[in-house]
Amino acid sequence: MNKLTDFLRNFGAAGLFLGKILAATPASLLRPGLIMAQIYKVGANSLVLIMMAGLFVGMVLGLQFYTTLAKFGAEQSLGAVTVLAMVRELGPVVTALLFAGRAGTALASEIGLMKATEQLAGMEMMAVDPMRYVVVPRFLGCFIALPLLTGIFNLIGLLGAWFVAVQIMGLDGGQFWAPMPENVDVYEDVLGGVMKSVFFGAAAGLLAVYEGYNAYPTAEGVSRATTRTVVITAMAVLVLDYMLTALLI
Amino acid sequence: MGQGKSVELATGIFIVLGLLALIFLTTQTTNIEAYTNGDGYEVTARFSNIGSLKPRAPVTMAGVTIGRVTDIRFDPERLDAVVTLSINAKYDQLPADSSASILTAGLLGEKYVGLEPGADVVYLQDGDEILFTQSAVVLENLISKYLFDSASGENE
Repeated sequence: MNKLTDFLRNFGAAGLFLGKILAATPASLLRPGLIMAQIYKVGANSLVLIMMAGLFVGMVLGLQFYTTLAKFGAEQSLGAVTVLAMVRELGPVVTALLFAGRAGTALASEIGLMKATEQLAGMEMMAVDPMRYVVVPRFLGCFIALPLLTGIFNLIGLLGAWFVAVQIMGLDGGQFWAPMPENVDVYEDVLGGVMKSVFFGAAAGLLAVYEGYNAYPTAEGVSRATTRTVVITAMAVLVLDYMLTALLI
Repeated sequence: MGQGKSVELATGIFIVLGLLALIFLTTQTTNIEAYTNGDGYEVTARFSNIGSLKPRAPVTMAGVTIGRVTDIRFDPERLDAVVTLSINAKYDQLPADSSASILTAGLLGEKYVGLEPGADVVYLQDGDEILFTQSAVVLENLISKYLFDSASGENE
């Protein structure tokens, strides 16, 4: 019973926190430099990780689909199947999960430590709103960076699948690219996937800043907040993924 | 300041890369050109059965895609299907007595509209109707016809 009320209280608190973030967003947009710095920290710094992950996810897809489809003599649909798998599901979800581990934890522990060392309180003392200068730029950074990272992940993954299927397994290059336009829909598949990553970006950003901002101001509190960020973001992304898929189909 | 500049540069490169990736995915791997053939002229054709023809299906002549199906409506008075075809403006010299049939790509593939050229000296114009049409072949009807025909053959 206690756990349930705790859960509901956390849920409500995160919702109210989102409201506060949105209320402080217009003022924060006046300082695009702060948001840029966060896009650099959570986005550009995650680039190598995302590209490596995308490359190998794409390569393994190429290998698996090739061996399985070849049994049915359907190798020529490999390109379309790979794009659909990447763009609709794997791209948004895997990128969001990696992003939670790479950037979400960094944000949560950064804000948590700022609180533990009373930097946030110090800002308030100087009549500087920490929502506006610390929380919102980080949230917006995630919100903007994750869809871009997802696009890069998808593209690199596609190239990885192309490399394995065409260069290693010997599928014809034309057969790889040709079935895509017939089978991939701009709105339903590609923009649907972008839509997902926008929601995942908002969720990952919100949960990271919420956990950090509400961490107990101790060493243990910060470490717990960091752990919770990864766990809760992963769960939220997977649950949201099902809901968005059901909605978009 | 030097470090600030390089941070800005890296952020800019990241954003441009991300947008380029999204643009590549939307334009190169999808059917976007089916949504964007703006300049074309529209002709209609009536079919008694369109099978599983869908909007944005290709319209071909001699196997080459020359347009798209833009709209499919049901005419409640004549009880048939009115299919609107948008044909690329480049191909404005199709004989007016050309015929349209609904064909299937492969045995079980997607339906598309195939145009057969006629011999008229007058060309199809925007808003014209293709009078000679042939409906889709529905596989179930074909099978049942075959089954019932062979059954009645045995009785004789």
